[in-house]
Amino acid sequence: MSFRLSYRADPGNPWFSWQYVRDNSDTILAAVREHASLTGRAVLIAALVALPLSVVAYWFRPLAGPILGVTGVIYTIPSLALFAFIAPYLGTGATTVLVGLVLYALLLIVRNVVAGLNQVPPEVSEAAEGMGYGRWGRLFRIDLPLAIPGILTGLRLATVSTVALVTVGVLVGHGGLGQLIFAGFQNNLYKAEIMTGTVLCVALAVLLDLLLVLVGRLITPWAARGAR
Amino acid sequence: MSAAASPVHQAVLWLNDPLNWTNPGGILDRLGEHLAISAAAVALGCLVAWPLGLWLGHTGRGGGLVVLVSNATLAIPTLALLTILPLTFLGFGRTPVVVALAVFAIPPLLANAYLGVRQVDPEARDAARGMGLSGGQLLRRVELPLAVPYLAAGFRTAAVQVIATTALASFVNGGGLGEIIRTGFGLSIAAGGGQIVAGGLLVAGLALLAEVLLSGLERLVTPRPLRRVRQGAARPRPADATGRA
Repeated sequence: MSFRLSYRADPGNPWFSWQYVRDNSDTILAAVREHASLTGRAVLIAALVALPLSVVAYWFRPLAGPILGVTGVIYTIPSLALFAFIAPYLGTGATTVLVGLVLYALLLIVRNVVAGLNQVPPEVSEAAEGMGYGRWGRLFRIDLPLAIPGILTGLRLATVSTVALVTVGVLVGHGGLGQLIFAGFQNNLYKAEIMTGTVLCVALAVLLDLLLVLVGRLITPWAARGAR
Repeated sequence: MSAAASPVHQAVLWLNDPLNWTNPGGILDRLGEHLAISAAAVALGCLVAWPLGLWLGHTGRGGGLVVLVSNATLAIPTLALLTILPLTFLGFGRTPVVVALAVFAIPPLLANAYLGVRQVDPEARDAARGMGLSGGQLLRRVELPLAVPYLAAGFRTAAVQVIATTALASFVNGGGLGEIIRTGFGLSIAAGGGQIVAGGLLVAGLALLAEVLLSGLERLVTPRPLRRVRQGAARPRPADATGRA
């Protein structure tokens, strides 16, 4: 009963409450920081693994099927199950979440980079070969620059879905903004907490997506003159 | 209960105990819940997305809407919808869980229905028009049958995804196989490690089984001449590919 009395001045249980945001800014900022850091690290590591894998799949065609197949099977495994497999070995820390996120982002990046590389027109490759480019020179000067749209698509997809997926990390207590959403649900269905976590999560996804689009514009100035 | 046993070994032990299958709240109960929730969510998704996608494809408008729906749902965490919907007019219980999961089934269903009608050869469409078919007849007798392989591909993607995300229903005590994993974590890793891994195996196994079975179904309803082409083009989830241009 005392619980009720002490909250009598409270204006019910609104979906949006500035007061909640002000009173809990520390918790919210910490959650945003964890969320952004998990997303950033996961996409970065996934990209560092995926790029060489994609090049291998591009150079050695027989390996393309197995690489896409294995990453595809990992992608099919539900996130909760993936975290369940990792947690007993790595414990209930942020590392478990990070490894799971990397494994998921892998497929999205690999598939799009391979598609981007395969879109390089054969006549361009042949011209490069005729100009005396070796395999590596062609890769860095011709193939990868032309595959940038594909690489960016992969990074954008991976980033946006990773932001959403981080929330599943509440399973091991490291879900970033998911912690707010989940705590709000358990904390007597505190709507403001749930909504703040959700809105910030979507906002973070949109923000990072726009950032990648901007980066794409900057590094492919030729694309702006084209169709888009 | 030896502490040295590896989590996988513990998981095998846990799965080998018949009581863990037949107890109330055991594997069989949870599996039944999981399948019931998933089936309802996919059915609801089909009910909404297929008519809309076919109609948009038929009229040739709304391509932007299809992409927008895909992008928007990609950014929304499943956990958010699962926790928000029970607090709306839907109320608590199974309904909000099914609706939340159906929302995530809609993008692949919608995108593939739209794509399925759009890819119909314009000459077939013209011929049908020339034979005097009305718009509705054209959709029902020409475009719909030709779109079936795409509908099947969307169905597979959506169903596998829903089965995977149904595991998250356990966060809001919605039942399903995810509950086994959550209960395991409730026991701490040392004591519940086996149950956690066992739950993971069950959830992952169900998702992979659904993928294999529905791929077979997809193959079955795809006319033979179209199979090889589609295997190359649409194997990696067509809906993902259409998510962003």
